[in-house]
Amino acid sequence: MNDINDTIIPEPVPEYPDWRKDAKTLTNAGLSEEEQDWFCDARPQPAKKSWQVMENFLNWARSNSLWILAFGTGCGAIELRPLITARYDISRLGMQPRPTPRQASVFMIGGYVSIKTLKRIVRSYEQMQGPKFVVAVCSCAINGGMYWDSYNTVKRIDEYIPVDVYVTGCMPRPEAVLAGFSKLKELIKGGKAEGQNLYAEKFDWYKENQKRVIKDWNMPDYNW
Amino acid sequence: MKKLYDILSLQFELADFESKRSDLAFCKVKASQAISLLTHLRDIHGYTHLVMLTCVDWLEDKQFQLTYLLHNYATKTDLGILVFIDRDHPVMDSLHHLWKQGRVYQRELHEMFGIDFPGSPGVEEPMILEGWQGPPPMRRDFDTKAYSDETYSHRPRVQNEPEQHMKEQLYSED
Repeated sequence: MNDINDTIIPEPVPEYPDWRKDAKTLTNAGLSEEEQDWFCDARPQPAKKSWQVMENFLNWARSNSLWILAFGTGCGAIELRPLITARYDISRLGMQPRPTPRQASVFMIGGYVSIKTLKRIVRSYEQMQGPKFVVAVCSCAINGGMYWDSYNTVKRIDEYIPVDVYVTGCMPRPEAVLAGFSKLKELIKGGKAEGQNLYAEKFDWYKENQKRVIKDWNMPDYNW
Repeated sequence: MKKLYDILSLQFELADFESKRSDLAFCKVKASQAISLLTHLRDIHGYTHLVMLTCVDWLEDKQFQLTYLLHNYATKTDLGILVFIDRDHPVMDSLHHLWKQGRVYQRELHEMFGIDFPGSPGVEEPMILEGWQGPPPMRRDFDTKAYSDETYSHRPRVQNEPEQHMKEQLYSED
């Protein structure tokens, strides 16, 4: 038994240099030398706040123009589609789906997250322009759900990207998702949806968690 | 189906014919003859469609059972060919030259069970397990719970005893 396992297990990935030594820049060590030049090595910075009245106005404006990244990561993503139809009509909340992360400000994690999907989620999240918010829908994204003992599904998404609102259920009804989005709007208006700043502040911790489960890290560390 | 089995038995070493329904039967064949039997069935007996290629892990017998399920559009019958291969040296001949979809099944089996299909294009590429470093996960001696516990962190569970909870809710002043 041991000798076949030895043949199947690939060579261990060479250890990347410790990218935390230089706190100001990122090494992008997962990429080849040529590709490292294609990406910026700056780290994310927490957004600076202006004075409170201005910030209140900006938060009100942000909460009324939430564009969702239409990236269905699991079975819960199907609950997003009824919201767009006439029955639930999410556009009355000022929300609409967008096809690209560059135009979106809300990332809805709809269900289980496998390692292959996590790579795309991290990539999409980092491509989104701030201010950006994450809504974790379905129990799989929150505590693993029915994939609690799966070999390829992460059990909680908030270790890899910051989550602002959780919506429980397997799967939640569109009303529940709608309530989650309404809650998100309240949080944004109150200035409490600070996931993006949390990501910038605890960037090393998030990156360490991501690299621990994504064994073949072949993407830049930030800044696509 | 039994008739077909008798005809095939003249050329191939078949065993254990089992008719599940009037249009579904299974039989065993030696691993070395499997590909020639499949070619024969496809070209002469009209079993032109490979429905699926799947694997069963018989851990106690130290064998992998490969099931090739074929469909005949003319007679509307299914024929399953069972091939047993050694679990310690899981190598099987490739059928990518017979059915193009076979290469996807073989890629999946290579990833999930560690069965090697030499010559099948792209069989080494990962399908869903990108960067996987453990043993093949669908083998029965792979402990998925233990792997999950040591790889992914668990959200601790907060539980309230209903009786205690309601007491605190209703009679918290006492």
